[in-house]
This record gives sequence, C-alpha cells and structure tokens, in this order.
Amino acid sequence: MFVGLGRRRLSTSVGDGVLFGICLAAAILAVVVIGLIAYEVVAGALPSISRFGLGFIGHTAWRPNFYIFGAGTFLYGTVVTSFLALVVATPIGIGIGLYLSMLAPRAIRGVISPLVEMIAAIPTVILGFWGILVLGPFLAKHVEPWLHSNFGFIPLFGAPQTTGSSVFNATIILTIMIIPIVASLSRDLFLTVPGELQDGAAALGATRWETIRGIVLPSTASGVSAAAFLGLGRALGEAIAVTQVIGGGNAIHGSLFKTGDTMASRIALQFAGAENALQTASLFYLALMLLVIGVVTNLLAQVISGRFGQQAAFTR
Amino acid sequence: MNTADTLAGTDRTRAIRPRVRLQTDTPAGQTVPRLPGDRPHAESPVGEAVFDVQDLTVSYAGQVALADVSLKIHRNLVTAVIGPSGCGKTTFLRSLNRMSDSIPGLRIDGRILYHGHDIHGQGVDRVEVRRRIGMVFQKPNPFAKSIYDNIAWAPRNLGMKTGLDERVERALRSAALWDEVKGRLRDSALGLSGGQQQRLCIARALAIEPDVLLLDEPASALDPIATASIERLIRELKREYTIVIVTHNMQQAARVADRTAFFSLGLHAGRQTGTLVEYADTETIFSRPVDQRTNDYVTGRFG
Amino acid sequence: MSVTVDHARPLTPSGNLRRRLAINRLAESVATAAAGLAVAVLGIVVFSVVRNGGSAISFAFLTQPPPVGLVGSGGGIGPAIAGTALIVGVATVVAAPIAILVALYTTEFASRRGARVVGAALDLLNGLPTIVIGIFMFGLLVAGRGQSGFAASLALAIIMLPLIARSAAEVLQLVPKSLSDAADALGVARWRTVRGVLLPNAVGGILTATVLAVARAAGETAPLILLCSISGQTVAVNFFDKALPNIPVTIFSLSEDADPDGFTRAWGAALVLLVFILVSGLAGRILLGRTRAKLAR
Repeated sequence: MFVGLGRRRLSTSVGDGVLFGICLAAAILAVVVIGLIAYEVVAGALPSISRFGLGFIGHTAWRPNFYIFGAGTFLYGTVVTSFLALVVATPIGIGIGLYLSMLAPRAIRGVISPLVEMIAAIPTVILGFWGILVLGPFLAKHVEPWLHSNFGFIPLFGAPQTTGSSVFNATIILTIMIIPIVASLSRDLFLTVPGELQDGAAALGATRWETIRGIVLPSTASGVSAAAFLGLGRALGEAIAVTQVIGGGNAIHGSLFKTGDTMASRIALQFAGAENALQTASLFYLALMLLVIGVVTNLLAQVISGRFGQQAAFTR
Repeated sequence: MNTADTLAGTDRTRAIRPRVRLQTDTPAGQTVPRLPGDRPHAESPVGEAVFDVQDLTVSYAGQVALADVSLKIHRNLVTAVIGPSGCGKTTFLRSLNRMSDSIPGLRIDGRILYHGHDIHGQGVDRVEVRRRIGMVFQKPNPFAKSIYDNIAWAPRNLGMKTGLDERVERALRSAALWDEVKGRLRDSALGLSGGQQQRLCIARALAIEPDVLLLDEPASALDPIATASIERLIRELKREYTIVIVTHNMQQAARVADRTAFFSLGLHAGRQTGTLVEYADTETIFSRPVDQRTNDYVTGRFG
Repeated sequence: MSVTVDHARPLTPSGNLRRRLAINRLAESVATAAAGLAVAVLGIVVFSVVRNGGSAISFAFLTQPPPVGLVGSGGGIGPAIAGTALIVGVATVVAAPIAILVALYTTEFASRRGARVVGAALDLLNGLPTIVIGIFMFGLLVAGRGQSGFAASLALAIIMLPLIARSAAEVLQLVPKSLSDAADALGVARWRTVRGVLLPNAVGGILTATVLAVARAAGETAPLILLCSISGQTVAVNFFDKALPNIPVTIFSLSEDADPDGFTRAWGAALVLLVFILVSGLAGRILLGRTRAKLAR
C-alpha cells in the first residue's frame, strides 16, 4: 500500500522516502539512547567495578577517605523503603481504583480521578520539602511515639528521634508517590472487566464485594501486579524526595525511625562533592545497579501485563 | 390491552396448532426432538401467581421506555415475552429481578409483587431478590474460571458449602451438560462451545436453587442445534422452575412457551413507548389474537 | 433438583446475607476511605504549599534575583524562573519533534514487531530512574567540561520523549482510518497524507501530550542536581557552557539549609512551580480527554 499504483511522481517517492527515513531514524534514536545510557553508566562505573567487583553490591562500608566503597547500606535502604511503601500503597491504590471504577457515581469519579492523578504530578522535590517541614515533625511528635509505645516490641518501631528525618518518613513519601500510579492503572484495568460478567455475578445473588473479589480482581490480577511493579520501579529510583527526608548516614539501623540512605539518594547527595575519582565511579556503580533494577522491574511489568493482553491499559 | 389474563386452553384452542410452529429454525432433516409427554401448549393448570406486575412504568433519564404494564406470571409455566425491538421486552425482564437498578437515571413506577412481596419494598435487598430470581443473558457470559468453579462460585458465596460436588453435578445434569463435561470439570469454561457455555450459565443459575429463571434471548447467539438443545432444556426445567423468556423469535416462543405476552411500541403521553398489547395462552396469541397489532406481528406483517 | 428454599417468604435478607451485606459495606467503605485519603493527602500538601508560600509571593519575588550571598530575607527567584523556562523550553524543542516522528514511525511505517520493539524501548526509557538519566548525561556532556543548561535540557528531553511519543501514537491511532485510506485511494503521496490529514487531525492531542510532558519535566530535580545545580543570581548568558539557576534546584538546596528565610523562599518557589504544574497538568488532562472523545467519535 506504500507503493501507489501506476505512475508515481518523483516528489512522491522522494518525499515518502525522506519521511520514512527520518521517522525510522527517530525510532532508532529512541532505542539507541537506552544502549547509550547503559554504555555511559558502565563506562563511568568501570574503575569501581574493576576494584570491587560484585562484592561492591553487598559490602556495607562507604569511606571515601580510605577509598573503600560498598553499596550494601544503600541497597538495604532502597529495598526497605521501596518494599514497605509498596506494601502500604498497593492495597490503598487498588481500593482507590475500585472506588473510581465501580463505586463512585459518575460525576464524583470525574472529579476525583484527576485529583488522584494530580498527586503523581506533584514534583518530588516539593513532596520532599513538605516531608522535611510538615510530615517529619508530625511523625516525630505524634506517630512515632505512638507506634513505639504500642508496637515497640517490633524492632522496626524503635525509639522516636527528634528530627523527623528517618527511613519511616521516606517510606511514607514513597507511599504517597506510588499510590496514584497503582490507583490510576488499576482503575483503568477494572474498567476493562466486561459489564456482562459483572451482571452475570450480580444475577447469581452476589454482593458487589463478592463480584469484585471473585470476578474483577482475579481477571485483572496480572495487570494490577504489573502496576505494582511500575510503582515499585518508581520508588526504587526516586532520589530527590528520599534524599531530603531520609537523613543520610552510613549505617544500617533496625529501627525505621532512624536515618538511613538509598542508592538514588546517595548519588544525588554526593555526586557534586565527590572527593576522588573512585567515589565518582562508585556512584556510577550505584547508578548501574539502579539501571539494572529499573530495567528488570520494567520488563517484568511488561511481561506480566503483555502476556495477558492487558497492554492497552499501560499506554498512557 | 390490559391483562388479558383469561384462562384459555379450551378444546377449541387445542384443535388449532399455530401454523408458525411448523417453521422451525432447525436445518433441513433435523427435527426438534420432543420429550415424551411434553405438551407445551396443553391447557396449563394456572397455579399461583409468582409475579404480579401492577402498572409498571420504567423510564431512563426521564424517557419512558415501558409504560403501564400489568400482568401476572404463573408458577411452573414458561412465559414468553415477544415483540419488535425497542418495545421494552428486555427492560421488562430486567426489572423483574432488579438487574436494571444500577443504571443511572432509572426510575420505576408501579409495583412488582413477587409471591405477594413488593420487590422494591422496605427492607428488601436486591441481592436477595436476585438470589431467588436467576437470570441468563443473551450472550453466554461464563467466568474465566474452571467449569466446576463457574457453578460452585455462587453456592460458596451463599454458604452452601456442604455437598458442593453433588450440587455441581446436579446443576450440570439439570442443564443437560453433565455428560459432555464430566471428565473435564477443572478445564476452563471458556473452552466450551457457545451452546455449552450457555447451558453452563443456566447450570450456574440453577446451582443456587432459584425460584424463577429469567432468560433474555438465551439462544440468539447460538446455532440451530444448540438452540434446539436450549429449548429442550427450557421445557424440561419448567417442572421445577418458573421461567420467563424474552425472545425475538416467534417460533421459539411458540415452541417453548405456555403463555405469551406481546409487547409493542405504542403512543404513551404523546411518545412512542413500549407497552403490553396482549397477554394470553401461547396458542391464543398465535392463532386467534384479539388485538389487530398482535395479529399483524405474528403473521409477519409488522416489525 | 429439590427446591429446599421457601420462596414465598418475605424478601428481607435471609441465610448468611446479613453478614455478607455487612462485609460488602465494610469493603465499600474501605475503598471509599482510600479515595478520601488520597484526596486528603493532596489537599494537605497543596494547602501547606499555598499557606506557607502565599506570603512570599509578590511581583518582586517573581522578578528579583535572590539576596546577595543567597542568605537572608528579601530577594526573589526571578533568575530561577527564567532558567527553568529556558531549560524546559529547549528540552521541549528537542523532544517534541523526535517524539512525533517516533510516533509516526510506530503507527504508520513499522511492522508489528518494529512497533513492539520501539514501544518497549519507550516504556523502558519511561521507567528509568531519572537520576540514572542524569548520570548518563553527566558522563556524556558534563564530565571534564562542567555543568550546563544544555545538558539539563537534553536530560529532560530524554524524560519527555517517551511521554510525548506514547500519547502522540495513541492520538494518531485515533485519527479515523477512513481519512488516510481515502487519501491513499486517491494516490496521494504518503508524506502529503501525513502532513495534510494525519497531523492536522492529531495536532490537538499532540499539543496536550506535550503540555503534560512539560508539566512533568518542569518539576524534575534529580538530573538537574547533577547537571545544572547552581542557585546563582543571574541567568548565564552562555546556555551551553554554564549552569543556570532553576526552580527545582533552588527548592532543593534551600530545603537542605536550616535557614528560615530560605524556607520561606523555598515555599514560594514551590508554590510557583506547583501552580504551573497543576494548572498545565489539569488543562492538559481535560484537553486530552476532549481530543480522545472527539477522535473516538
């Protein structure tokens, strides 16, 4: 169909060829950029990779003065904050998705849906700033003491700190960031569940919740988990807001109320003031780990959603 | 036009077979097998009224879709609702078990009494209504679950957990599906043929022992052979259940129904809306309708 | 099947229905509460920013440079606003055309497989931590040469590319096939069809997608910390060789210092940024919905 019938004027074939050429070039550029990013990050990390090898990933010391670097502390911080945030945000996000797709009257849905998406639009630097000045003091004064005195037997809820900068604060900020992602993607998924299946369930004397649990959630489970993975990817890579509220530090603490650090946050905080080339390379190494984690969570989300033919919901 | 709720079925009506009955949907050489002793058009001892619909008017967003319908639906009979498209057949059916409740802007006037209880009455929950009044839809809508779980899902919800295997088997047998699926109950229901899926949906509805089955053009998406088996099943099921079937296929109504209600579009407050034209024994409707519009419709001069 | 249920009894909840309805009510309330919580969080954050930043806002604040030495009261964020506008503007000029071409490629030219590869690449780009994109651009343009507004623009362009390309592809797909088919049937050159039929029909959608991407890029901080992190007094004349002050970095660096005057300026800057992002985001979303509805008709 690209080749017209009969005589084709020169301008046609040249024009079409040029258009095709520049479109193809742009598409190739988009693919190549990913390779270029990977190359550049690996190249920057090489000195650190050759010095520390894979041991870097688990090693917990970070002493620029002694040329000793390890990602362990930050990997721990990243994993703890992101997973806790995911565990809290996923059910809340699904609940919002259910409310917006199945419970809310149409008019209310039209108002609340964009509001939820607005949360995702708040720049993380503002969220982090709010975390320092508003959320942190509130947590330190009210929430942390309460959790400590009631659930103090769980090591996660240790003695409250005075500053408010803590792993706990970072976790809540990340939760706020993930919720709208899970909420809007799962809302779109729930809306794809055919009405006739919901009618079929209702005609069998099922309550709305039974329909949701028995019909809607099982048929969208793969897509919802893909949404959670996308949210997780977002949390794992968030640098700014976490830097602002987590407090920094080189030690792993059992208590959520103490300070900590994540990989992305460490890069943001130390890159400009790196003391030596090896430190810069080690920060590149952290970025490489983030890149790998980002690609893996993204591919997992694509595979999970793609395999079950729910890709449509993920093209924004 | 109001409830032509007379007891028909005299010797006279028995003598005349509706001529439409001779034209079946089945391909040449196929006949619809009849069950021994099955006499769909024999005079039916009209029992107690399961539904007593009084002046039912349904409107969507101020537009009247169905106006002033009054009729009684009787126990253990098959009642067909026929009429041209847009005449409110499905609207009528879906108001019987409050399936249309969730449509925004819907308004229902009049009363629907079910065994004497207003289905919109105080303290009535629509979940309870639907639990007793099952429904099978135009397009087969099996859940993306195994055959077994399609049937067992609703009983589990309702707490009917003892003897579930037997319940599933009974439901499948009642829907004449057991022999075809007994070896693969754990397979996905989506692998069944269209006709099997529809019988599965009927079995699913039967598994919670409803009182009434509402069938909304249950065979319209099926081929003639599958249609024949669904019709056979309907005639079988009326021994235990009260059945209301909406169909656009007059022959089908003639084949399966004891009583038939003819709905059509009529002027109501200056607007074209669905109304009940005539309601009587199926034979009466098809052979000696009282209303000219019914006559036009069943003889094919209309709609 | 024996009917064991007495169907003549009243229609009030029977059997376990009371309990099931209670569970249903509980589940519905929990979902409603979740939605309420999200709206409340948005409300609290926006309220905090408006309350604390509102007092800072004045004409001088929006136009003046920050106080000398960057500490103390008074002064504004004029240079930062100009810097952000320049950085994001250049990023848009770079990203939008490429994104539209990529979208044209996937919708008009690519095989199924090609479209899938490009789509997956766009999703990957979209999913990359922005700090990684910052690091990449640092290695590419900044290392050994120093920070620049241009490096920041390119990093933001990479962030914007998948956002615009995805939405543009969606809008292009919505343009009725009959329109381009008619042109094809007339033997019109493909590029003329694209220029005369496809793009004019999709331009509204592409514009709104671009507005949404701008809203996203304007608040992006992580790459700027690496590529363009000064809170200077003036906008550098040389965009390619010098770092520019910009709003996100201003908020970030002020938030790291315990200076009350700085906090006030940061709140003010946050308010400016938030208003811009929420207004353009909301407008973009409404427009996008309208374009979709128009083309889907």
